[in-house]
Amino acid sequence: MDVDIVSRKRELVKEFSPMLGKSTPFSKISIGLLVLIILIGLVAFVLQVLKGHEITGMRDNVVWGIYIINFIFFVCLSYSGAFISGILHFFKTPWKNSVSRIVEIITVLSLIIGPIFILLCIGRLDRLHYLFIYPRIQSPITWDIIAIITDLIGCFIYLYLTFIPDLAMLRDNSEGASNWRRKLYKFLAIGYQDTLTQRETLHKITRTMSAMIIVLAIVAYTVLAWIFSLTLQPGWNSTIFAPYFIIAGLYSGVGVIIISMYIIRKYFKLDHYIRKIHFIGAGIVLLVISLLFGYFTFSEYFSRWFSHKVQDINLLNTLFNKYFWEFIFANYIGVLVPIAILFFKKFRTIKSITFAAVIAVLGLWLNRYLIVVPTLETPYIPIQDTRPEFIHYSATWIEWALSFAGIAAFILFFILIMRLVPIIPMSGIIDYEREQKKHPKALTQNRKK
Amino acid sequence: MENDMTNKKDNNRRKFLKLGLMSSVTAVTGASLLANLASEEELKSSGEKIRLLTPDGKVVEVDADNINNYPEAHITPAESRKGIPNRSFVMVIDLAKCKNARNCVESCQKAHKLDHHEEFMKVQLIQDNEEGSPYWFPKPCFHCDEPPCVTVCPTGATFKRDDGIVLIDNDRCIGCKFCITSCPYSARQFNWGHKAKYDDTSQPYSPETSVPAAEGTVMKCDFCPDLLREGKLPHCAKACPMGVIYFGDKNEDIVTNGEETVRFSELIKDRAGYRHLEHLGTKPNVYYLPAVNRQFPLERGFDVEEEILERYKDVPEVQEFKNQNKTEL
Ligand code: SF4
Repeated sequence: MDVDIVSRKRELVKEFSPMLGKSTPFSKISIGLLVLIILIGLVAFVLQVLKGHEITGMRDNVVWGIYIINFIFFVCLSYSGAFISGILHFFKTPWKNSVSRIVEIITVLSLIIGPIFILLCIGRLDRLHYLFIYPRIQSPITWDIIAIITDLIGCFIYLYLTFIPDLAMLRDNSEGASNWRRKLYKFLAIGYQDTLTQRETLHKITRTMSAMIIVLAIVAYTVLAWIFSLTLQPGWNSTIFAPYFIIAGLYSGVGVIIISMYIIRKYFKLDHYIRKIHFIGAGIVLLVISLLFGYFTFSEYFSRWFSHKVQDINLLNTLFNKYFWEFIFANYIGVLVPIAILFFKKFRTIKSITFAAVIAVLGLWLNRYLIVVPTLETPYIPIQDTRPEFIHYSATWIEWALSFAGIAAFILFFILIMRLVPIIPMSGIIDYEREQKKHPKALTQNRKK
Repeated sequence: MENDMTNKKDNNRRKFLKLGLMSSVTAVTGASLLANLASEEELKSSGEKIRLLTPDGKVVEVDADNINNYPEAHITPAESRKGIPNRSFVMVIDLAKCKNARNCVESCQKAHKLDHHEEFMKVQLIQDNEEGSPYWFPKPCFHCDEPPCVTVCPTGATFKRDDGIVLIDNDRCIGCKFCITSCPYSARQFNWGHKAKYDDTSQPYSPETSVPAAEGTVMKCDFCPDLLREGKLPHCAKACPMGVIYFGDKNEDIVTNGEETVRFSELIKDRAGYRHLEHLGTKPNVYYLPAVNRQFPLERGFDVEEEILERYKDVPEVQEFKNQNKTEL
């Protein structure tokens, strides 16, 4: 049996190795394009540092623009990744193996990229260390920094733990690979030999970590929501913001997972690993979350509208006049279309589920925009100003360039990580097959053909 | 009624002087002198004697000229965190007398080296409801007793002092703008780009003067503690030709607009003083006297630059006024 496993491992490495080194003209062009977008973003960043925040669309009143929206978006994406991955691991979900690594990578990458956006919002980056020299624990920003750092460390450890068995397999079967790769795998695999005790210890630690990650994610989400809901702003000061952010984060998280599953499956031709059942599973999760998200959104706006306090009504007027189409897209189309697609069985194809996910992600981003910008454009004391940029926020190319650079960096890093370890955890396949030998009648999702 | 008022005014002034004089600490040469806050004008007429209270409780008479001759002391950011002992500063703005003369805005801008659109004191045109007539509403920072901006600041760059003043130390500010989003009164402004005036080091920076401002940090009305230390009124209160802005000390229960000195508590009681958006629980230290029995018609305030009038274009009265003007031309 042991010999069996060793040869099976070799087989798997052989199967997945081409993926690690794969570079086609298409991949070269797309990497080049991503690098270009990132470079443009860097130019924008340098300009912003040199000329100050004046070259962004932010002004008094709307002091936080799309940077903070991207920040919430990415950080929520990460928390939801952690949350989902934790749940997959903790409850030993049967079909988790094919998606778990995708989820983990999304978690860590977005948690690195998200906070960069908050840094772009800060007027004096040169004084960033003041946060640690003169910390004030009363400030929700301080809570957020603590939460993000803790979460980042937790996620890194967790991601690494799930990488170890694969890294060991790659180390043991890397005859053809280049020297640096072999050294890297050897170093990263920290002497893991896949003995029974090692395996059991690793499983136990991973499971504990997965539970901790869930808790961390909830705490971090909540603190993020509090940055808004603890202020007195009419559109923000809401008791349901923390759970609302959790649901919204999961909504975008599941959406991005489905989209990446689709692209990865297409690109690497992994049709027999990432199957329709995965899409349907994720689609049903997305359906449940979209219902919840719609419910929260409705409760939030309905109670504001019904009790019609002056400031709330002013805000709703802004939303329904200046931001009419955005509101419709974010809170109607962005919720109802995914529900409609996912609700009916016959609509649940891989393509349509992915389409629903795209709509959900775009709608959610816009929903965040509508939480941040119109609120700031409708303060308690009416804005009496003649400078259009102080009355109405519109992001400049600098802000867009940096936003797209963030997305490009996300994709680029994703590609690079996929070159280091296979996107489908090989150890998971082995574990699964081992299980199967013990209980031959178990579910058979991951078996080849 | 008019006569009544003037009588009361005189009485009040006398009462005020008797009370041992509104005062503030001039932290010069180690000794602190208590000077008369209300005697701004008297100080100018030379040769006049003025009574002062020394720290050990003796009343001394000094030539008025000498008081202003003390050089202005530089208060470092660290010192500015302490506040002036035993004071609790308060401002009362009499909306019935405001006619949008904008002297408060302009003198404040001059003193704090602010540009045209940078206003610590803003004059808004507010209409509480459709039936109500709009009124001019000068709006400084409210120096709240429960300041949301101070609570949220992650570095302590914004702080509340013992004398009630909320200040910003722009040496400490990292420009996260959280305080701006948390202020319900839009009192704060951000320095978005670079300006030559930030480099002017002729005057060392002090949170008490807010000069020079710095790029990427916030600024706002500071209640002019540098003047308070010298026993003077803040620039806006001093500049208002209508005496709209009263300033004083809650501990001594006295406020003055430079001409008239009254008991703070009585003023608030008699004239139904209120605080803006009281329901938010921020406990401002700026009180308003409602715009009843106004001394000027609203239109008196329309006599301003075109650009400034344009700011109020959403108020129906201003629209009407503009239309009329157009047809007349
Ligand atoms: S912008 Fe400056 S003063 Fe305001 S909260 Fe941030 S660090 Fe504090």
